[in-house]
Amino acid sequence: MGETVAIGIRAEGLRKVYTSPPPAAAAGRGAGFSFFARGKRPKQKLEIVALDDLSLEVAPGEIFGLLGPNGAGKSTTVGVLTTRIRPTAGRAWIGEHDVWRERVPVKRLVGVVPQRPNLDLALTAREILVFHGAYFGVPAAERVRRAQELLERFQLTDRADRLVLGFSGGMLQRLSIARALMHDPRVLFLDEPSAGLDPQTRLLLWDLIRADNRRGTTILLTTHNMEEADELCSRVSIVDHGRMIALGTPEELKRSIPGGYVVRLHLAAAPPALLSRFERLPGVTGVRTSGDGAVDLYADRGGALLPEVARLSNEAAVEIRDVKISEPSLENLFLHHTGRSLRD
Amino acid sequence: MNAKTFLAMLRRDAHVARRNFVTLLLQTLFQPMLLVFVFGKVMTSSGLIRPEYKGMLLPGIIALAMLLSGVWSVAMPLVSEFQFTREIEDRLLSPIEIEWVAVEKVVAGMLQAIAAGLVVLPTAWLVMGSGVGLSFSRPLDFVLLALLVSCLAAAIGLVLGTSVGQTQIGLMFSLVIAPMIFFGCAYYPWSALQVFPTLQKAVLINPIVYASEGFRSALVPRFPHLPRLAIYGGLVFFDLLFVSFGMRQFRRKAVG
Ligand SMILES: Nc1ncnc2c1ncn2[C@@H]1O[C@H](COP(=O)(O)OP(=O)(O)O)[C@@H](O)[C@H]1O
Ligand SMILES: [Mg+2]
Repeated sequence: MGETVAIGIRAEGLRKVYTSPPPAAAAGRGAGFSFFARGKRPKQKLEIVALDDLSLEVAPGEIFGLLGPNGAGKSTTVGVLTTRIRPTAGRAWIGEHDVWRERVPVKRLVGVVPQRPNLDLALTAREILVFHGAYFGVPAAERVRRAQELLERFQLTDRADRLVLGFSGGMLQRLSIARALMHDPRVLFLDEPSAGLDPQTRLLLWDLIRADNRRGTTILLTTHNMEEADELCSRVSIVDHGRMIALGTPEELKRSIPGGYVVRLHLAAAPPALLSRFERLPGVTGVRTSGDGAVDLYADRGGALLPEVARLSNEAAVEIRDVKISEPSLENLFLHHTGRSLRD
Repeated sequence: MNAKTFLAMLRRDAHVARRNFVTLLLQTLFQPMLLVFVFGKVMTSSGLIRPEYKGMLLPGIIALAMLLSGVWSVAMPLVSEFQFTREIEDRLLSPIEIEWVAVEKVVAGMLQAIAAGLVVLPTAWLVMGSGVGLSFSRPLDFVLLALLVSCLAAAIGLVLGTSVGQTQIGLMFSLVIAPMIFFGCAYYPWSALQVFPTLQKAVLINPIVYASEGFRSALVPRFPHLPRLAIYGGLVFFDLLFVSFGMRQFRRKAVG
């Protein structure tokens, strides 16, 4: 729709401390009267630091990725940036609007695809889109037309007039995205949009995201899928424990890993003498032992390193049980920064 | 406040209510009609209860029908929309202050409560047959009371819907709402409690008393009822109490 100026996102020093357990854990516990919850809790105070001084800046028109493992604080970040969660400290802006102080104008600008579909179960797919348009003041004829267009684009026409209760995960996800686009948001938030999608739907989704971005929509997506970040994002920020630990284009990030390749060895034993001989191998820039007893060699080569590694291990009478070579990737970057794999 | 968004949310609730029209109608009519038939027809016709009881009972039945349908229509959807599915989020993310989402729920609940009253009043009257002796000499009172009672119902629904979990809502109805109904002076006038002076004072903390006595004062003023000042005072007080408490709970539930 028309020529519009793209809008950026900015956050400064965001901090979020939850003082109650996540809802999933709280469900089915206790008497459930939340107005007693505060008084009933013993002295011991629960504090979950979900965001710990997180700042970020997303340029207008950019596709920006937040990459991190479960519990990193990605959804909390999206919640704060979309008025759904009040930050304990820090501020955020969508365009020039302060997110917490000017919630209504901010809500007008953003579209949100939550991690878990929160579609209105009392309505049909088409009604969900049409009512969403109505909430945003889209004129009647226009919202009917746009709903039909989105249903077609997202291949939902054959189920358009049924309640969404029986929809598959992929359909719910597509409808969620269609709904977020109904009011033509300037900034689109997608929280793990492709989790649980089959590869084909994922490709369709990526196309749709790119197409929307070309029309000037700024996009912030969260993912713990490296390929997705690599494929879609102009810049990626890696978050862990509510903190940003790296930021750059996928290329820059990959280049920043010492060596680029990671050769992960599972050895019967890891005598320090052997590790220091690995370290002196040509092309090896670092050796680290990781939590589960594996040894990571950071190097500028992958497979070419193996004969040497095998020879040294043989000489030390250490059996190699498993070898995994990873090419330069964001996954390795995460491993490098945190010592943990993204999927852990 | 954004009128377009507010009205669209109301239309959404009306749309869902229309879709469930038959269920809602049965739910609204079934229990009151059983009561009306047994106590207003069988017992009075057989002479076990004096026929004047009809007029005494009808206002209470209307009050209960409005209260139950209002409470239910706000509390039940809210509980599930705030629960695991978080369905309410599409409205919380609409371009309107979240407090208005709560207000919309209350208004929708009021409309349902009023509709319930409008359905139950003539039906009950018909079932009871002659001798009810309703008087419509105070139409303004009747309208005002209907507004206050429906607001009370919706506000109680708001409090319950934002404070009680899915698993406890049934328990809540049987442990809290049911006793409130029985001690709500719906089946007997407040003055009948004068033989139990302590109880008579104690039931005054029950908002349903003011609803039942209110309709009694408007529809069958010839019977004894609470003074109008007490009725209006009680209803306004409990309306404000439950609306403000419900709003607080809603806000706490809506923002993470
Ligand atoms: N509503 C909540 N109440 C309490 N704790 C929460 C809530 N939401 C998330 N958390 C906790 O905050 C941390 C960050 O969670 P989240 O933002 O959902 O991470 P991610 O989306 O990256 O998986 C986790 O430890 C999670 O358990
Ligand atoms: Mg998440």
